Order: sequence, then structure tokens, then C-alpha cells
Amino acid sequence: MIKFENVTKSYGHNVILKDLSFTINPGEFAVLIGPSGCGKTTTLKTINRLIEPDQGKIFINNEDISKVNPVELRRTIGYVIQQIGLFPNMTVEENIAIVPKLLKYPREKWKEVVRELLEMVGMPYDENAHKYPSELSGGQQQRIGVLRALAASPPIVLMDEPFGALDPITRDTLQDEVKRIQKKLKKTIVFVTHDMDEALKMADTIVFMDSGNILQMASPEEMLRNPAHPLIASFMGKHMANVGADLTAGDFMKTRVVKVLSTAHTLQSIELMRNREVDTLVVIDDDETYLGTVTIEKIRTHGKTGEEIGNLISDEVPVANSRDDARDTFDQLMTSPTGYVIVLDDDSRVVGLITKTSMAKAMGGALWGEM
Amino acid sequence: MSLIEFLQMNYEVILQSLVRHLELVIISVSAGIVISIPLGIFLSRHRKLAGPVLSAAGTIQTIPGLVMLGLALIFFGIGMKPALVALSLYALLPILRNTYTGIIEVDKGIIEAAKGIGMTSNQTLLKVEMPLALASIIGGIRISTVYIVSWATLAGLIGAGGLGDLIWTGLSTYNTNYILAGAVPSAILAFLFSGLIEILQRILTPRGLKGVRV
Repeated sequence: MIKFENVTKSYGHNVILKDLSFTINPGEFAVLIGPSGCGKTTTLKTINRLIEPDQGKIFINNEDISKVNPVELRRTIGYVIQQIGLFPNMTVEENIAIVPKLLKYPREKWKEVVRELLEMVGMPYDENAHKYPSELSGGQQQRIGVLRALAASPPIVLMDEPFGALDPITRDTLQDEVKRIQKKLKKTIVFVTHDMDEALKMADTIVFMDSGNILQMASPEEMLRNPAHPLIASFMGKHMANVGADLTAGDFMKTRVVKVLSTAHTLQSIELMRNREVDTLVVIDDDETYLGTVTIEKIRTHGKTGEEIGNLISDEVPVANSRDDARDTFDQLMTSPTGYVIVLDDDSRVVGLITKTSMAKAMGGALWGEM
Repeated sequence: MSLIEFLQMNYEVILQSLVRHLELVIISVSAGIVISIPLGIFLSRHRKLAGPVLSAAGTIQTIPGLVMLGLALIFFGIGMKPALVALSLYALLPILRNTYTGIIEVDKGIIEAAKGIGMTSNQTLLKVEMPLALASIIGGIRISTVYIVSWATLAGLIGAGGLGDLIWTGLSTYNTNYILAGAVPSAILAFLFSGLIEILQRILTPRGLKGVRV
């Protein structure tokens, strides 16, 4: 358990931490987040005494850490930083084993630790242990950075924007791995980030800071539902629970629909399908009013040469109004036997089509920005 | 007298001068190393002192060789001793500067990681900073050595011997053979030392750093 009691820190007139008090429970994944300069990194660094508070106390398992030798303290707390900071003059094995060696583990013991940890992140010992950091990719380097922090089995691991410099795909993989490792090894992790996606994905508890204060400390769920401050709401922006409330069917549809007049003949329709590479046509009358759909099967099985396709239409495809709520349309889509929904305007004219693909694209766009 | 005949007659003198020259170089560079590396480390721990100390060492470097030898002569008399003092002073700056910058240029992230995982300041120095600064330090030693090989020729002027002796004799008697017998070996010596130290630098650079600038 990590407990802050009225911790204050200033540099000159600049107050970095204002009377912070909070508790992180054992086995908890706590994420410190907030705008830059909010004090999140300073808070993290007071835990391993890289920064000493001016006032207040910090306890780890009820022990006042200001009474513990800082070097000894740091050897019992894992530390991962954004710049990775692997020692380039040492091999992967030597890097991971550094703290166990400082703690005078016997050789067989630290060798075993290195082997186990490397296996755990899918980097086989024989292939990787004797490489140098410069021979690894950025993602692999930070994996080793994480393993170095874990090597002496510290109950607490501090991570200071560990994935900030990695590309999105690697970051995603490492987030999953760290979360998995944390659950498996039951570590208490204090994690600093400025990325709300990362916080929501990783955290059991999010500590939202601004100007040295905690604005809210809550689970991701709770913070999404009841952000305690407008700044938090703006940080979460796109994740807010009411996402999509004002979206309509019109936002989700694609507008390129292959239409055909009901007076067209069968062969003409088949030719049109072939040209546009579709198996279904939307049939309209000369006012552009929607009448129904016709499929290639229907024409093959029931159609006679030269017959007007108006006789072959079916009305099994669900229709929606373009101003309908997107959620209702979504339900229609999911239950539609044909896998799509026709969208009409107020005058029953066909304006678009919603398929599972167009729905997925539009939802992706709403969640993650335009795609 | 042809050069060949000259060499046959004087090879013992030439050899003695060469050995003396080597002594001058090795002793003064060693003194430079023994003083500069610890001083460089000290400065990296007390960076406010680094500016004044480095510029003091820089000032020594700008004193002309003859002036320095003259001063050394006044304080220490004739012979090897004043020459060694003067040459050692010249050997200081390159090694000192390269030790200091080699250490302070080690990536901040690496130093923070070392501290954050519980290394003491001395452990960080020995296991991280020195290995990473080693290439730079040896580079400084190489520069010093090459300088000292050439400056040691001046030491002949104050009776310290060495290859300079032959050169000064040759100059004062218009004897090209003497000049060549002193100048050619000292040029070769400079090349040899430079090459040997470069090889040493390659051997001592940790494998993880080869081809990588840290």
C-alpha cells in the first residue's frame, strides 16, 4: 500500500504538489494523468525518492519512506522510464540482471530470473539474452526495460510514460503485455501518462491531476460516467458515455445506391447488376419513390425475358428514415435478414444504404475521429 | 658522409635518443592520465568547477613550448625533470577535457535509470558512466600522446635528451643527417602511437557501442 499524507513540493514560488493525500492499494494499477505540468511525474518520483517532498509523508506498507535509505528503497521498487534507459554497454541479460546482482543474488538465481522473464514476454533466452540494446527494436528495448524493473520481484513498479515514444501498434501490444503481467504477478503499478486511451485501458484507478491537485480519483467506469471537473470531461471527450446519442441513420449510410426503375426489363437489370457488380437493385418508380428490392436470384428463378421487374420486387429489406436514431437503425441492421437497411427521406425517396461495413466505418469515425 | 654511413656510425646514439624520447613521452602522458582522469571525474561531480578548471588547463596549453621549457628550467634546473614537468602539463588538457565531456555526455535517461533502479553514485560511475565515456577518454589520451611526441623534441634544448637532441645538433651544425636521424623517427613514433592507441580504443569499446553513438 502506498499512502500520501499532505505531500507538498515547490520549486521556488512554483508549487508543484499541493497538499496531496491519497492511497493506492496493493495489486492496484493506478494511473496518474493530467495536462503537462500537473505534477504527475513529480508525484511518481517522490515514491522512490528521486524527488523529496518539502512537507508531508509518504508511506509504503505503513513505513515512512523518508526513514529508508534511498538506494535500498529504489532496489525494492521497479522503475521504467520513457527514454527506456537501457545500459548500452551491457547485454540484455546484464541489463535485466542488474538489480538482482546489486542485491547479491547468486549467479544461478539471477540467470534463472532472466530466463523466466524473457520467456514471459516471448523473447527466447537463447536468441536474445546476449544481444545488446542497440540490436533490438524500440518495442523490444522497452520490453527489456520493463523486465529490468521486474527482475528483483519488487511489489511496486513505477512507470513514467513508458510507452510514450513507441509507435501505436507496439504501444498497444506492450500495454496488453504489461496489463497481463501485472495481473499475473499481482504488482502494484503506478503509471504516469497523458494519454486518456492508455489510462482507460490500463487503470484500475485513475488519478486525475491538475496544478498539483487531485481533481478526481476513480475507476475508469466511474470517471467516464461522472467526470468531476470539466477538464476531465474534455480529456475524455470522445470516450464519454453519451457517444453517438445525436447520431442518425443518415450519418451512417453510404449514398452510392444502384437504383432501377420498376419499368425496366429483366435482361436490362441483369446487365446493370453485372456492370455495377452488385446482386441486388433498389427499385423505384418514376417519382423516385421506393418500391422494394430485386435480387439476381429472384430474376433467375422467377423472371421471364422481357418482363418488367416491378413484378419481381420484394419488401423484406428493412427501411429507415434518414433522421432515425442511429441506435434503432443499428438494431434493425443486426436483425435484417439481408444484412442491410435502406434509408429513405421524408418523401420515401431512397437516399442511402446502411451495411455492416458502413456502420463499422461510421462508428470507428465517431470513436477515433474521421477515418 | 652518406646517410647510410652516418647511421652505421651513430646507431647507438640514435637508439639511446629514441629510448630517452620514449621515456619522456610515456612518463609525461602517464602523469597526464593519472592526474586528468580523476580530476575529470571530480569535475563531472562538481560541474560548477568545470569551467574555471578547464580554462586554466586551456591556458597552459596556449603557453608556447619554449617559454614553458624556459620556465621549467628556471624552477627545476637542467635535465629530464623540468622537461617531464613541462610535458606533463601539456598532456593534461586533452585527457581532462575528454574525460569530463565523455562522462557528462552520457544520455540523461541512462543516468536516471541507473539512479532510479538503486545504483549508488559510485556504481553508476563504474558500471555505466566510465564504460560509456571510455572511447572519449582514450581519444583524449591519443591526442595528448601525439602532441607530446612532437613537443618532446624541444626537450633536447634543456638537456633532457631524446630525438630532439639530434635535431638541434643537426640544425646548429647544418648537418642534414642528424636532422633526419631525429625527425624521421619522431614522425614515425607519432604515427605508431596514434595507430596503437586507436587499436586499443577499438578493443576496449564495449560491443554494444560499436557503430553506435551514445
